[in-house]
Amino acid sequence: MCAKKVTQKPGDVPTTGHVWDGIEELDNPMPRWWVWVFYATIVWGIGYSIAYPAWPLISGATPGLLGASTRADVVAEIKRFDDANASIKQALVDADITTVSANPDLMSFAQNAGAAVFRTNCTTCHGSGANGIEGKGYPSLLDDDWLWGGDIENIHATITHGIRNTTHPDARWSQMPAFGADQILERPQIAEVVEYVLQMSGQDHDATLAAAGEAVYLDNCAACHMEDGSGDITQGAPNLADAIWLYGGSRDAVTYSVVNARFGVMPGWNDKLTEDEIRAVALYVHSRGGGQ
Amino acid sequence: MAFLDKHKAIETHATLLMVLSLLVVSIGGLVQIVPLFYLENTIEKVEGVRPYTPLELTGRDIYIREGCYNCHSQMIRPMRDEVERYGHYSLAAESMYDHPFQWGSKRTGPDLARVGGRYSDEWHQDHFMNAKSVVPESLMPPYGFLFNREIDGKYIEDVVRTHAMVGVPYTSEMIENARADFMAQVDPDGDSSGLQSRYGAAAVPNGADVNVRNFDGQPQLTEADALIAYMQVLGTMVDFSTFTPDASR
Repeated sequence: MCAKKVTQKPGDVPTTGHVWDGIEELDNPMPRWWVWVFYATIVWGIGYSIAYPAWPLISGATPGLLGASTRADVVAEIKRFDDANASIKQALVDADITTVSANPDLMSFAQNAGAAVFRTNCTTCHGSGANGIEGKGYPSLLDDDWLWGGDIENIHATITHGIRNTTHPDARWSQMPAFGADQILERPQIAEVVEYVLQMSGQDHDATLAAAGEAVYLDNCAACHMEDGSGDITQGAPNLADAIWLYGGSRDAVTYSVVNARFGVMPGWNDKLTEDEIRAVALYVHSRGGGQ
Repeated sequence: MAFLDKHKAIETHATLLMVLSLLVVSIGGLVQIVPLFYLENTIEKVEGVRPYTPLELTGRDIYIREGCYNCHSQMIRPMRDEVERYGHYSLAAESMYDHPFQWGSKRTGPDLARVGGRYSDEWHQDHFMNAKSVVPESLMPPYGFLFNREIDGKYIEDVVRTHAMVGVPYTSEMIENARADFMAQVDPDGDSSGLQSRYGAAAVPNGADVNVRNFDGQPQLTEADALIAYMQVLGTMVDFSTFTPDASR
């Protein structure tokens, strides 16, 4: 405690009249600086309530002379950046998307804008490095294995409408039958066809079962996954002959896929993103390494 | 200043001081709160917002029970960075049927005001089972037990009726059919026409049809169904073509 030396003598200032055990309470005035600050806040408060929205009236609050509005501010702020980018965004929308990569300025803009869109909207499923989540049905966007086509136009269409969602009428759509759950195939047939798929993808397999599985495969699977297992991007049928697996390539995972089928959904983005954002992120994804 | 001299009477009388303090504080509170009830521009006039379906309402109760609001807000503030990340800033109209609202003030996780439709049901299943399996950076605890807790909507009629009592415009038809609607929303192969006629596009001007899906990917009806149904409707109701910003707010 830094005690200030008491220079006041009794009788210098009036007392409040409170006395307890002979101790009196002096009635000093408030410090002058404090009083003036207090008055200043009152004046400032009056001024503030005139300048800014404040007093509630019958149908709305007083708007204030400055016309302050957080909602108008955010609209203006967004418009400022939109205006600054308007010409290059329009150029991106007007451009033939297949030739944008030949235009360095536009491609540079699309790469940066696309990266921002990707980080905000796509990383949650496809991973912050666009490498997907192996075995969980979220495909890597870095490899050459494309479910619905890896050229720029197909990527653009997939992002715009999504896959197997019920909210976009133009969403990409296909449905694998649940061969086991819907009793299309018998259990032994499923075991055979799984071995055949393992053989096709160059994994350890039971050769006898696989030989029997070929006929099952050709009858039931080849229509979408092709006779050689190379898949079909027009139906989103994955390539079964390579080492890249959407839901895992183990015996268990493949069996689960045959029995229950898979139904991966991707939302469509044309109601959340603008066309220039979709194009930018499509170009970004296309340039990640796997684009065809 | 004879009036200020009376202060001594107040300061030396505890009960009087308490009563008058309460009076002063009440005036301050009432001036701030009461206008919100009668001012016409408190809640924006937009179309598309409807009361939650019984299943979504159950999901919302689970959201509250699990304390999701401790880490997730549901309030996109009117700032450019928020709008660019999450979408259009939140409107009062979007939480007018929330009792209590879930705006929150803490964002350990992201804002969820517009999470509806952003991710697939499968993603939500994976994410609730183990958030780190889909988002390695996530801190969210696993909620896999929700997939084991079956629900049957036994008390859903009472829940809906309670919300009607506090002012949510549930009709008597909605209350009577609460349990049927509850079941219909997770049965894509069943008849959901009743549910849609009460909550869907036909019932709400500029509204959208209710999502009818097997949200948790399991045959049985669980808490995960309800919570994912709630997630998938968040922020999707307002038809922003009917929204005109009011300059005075």
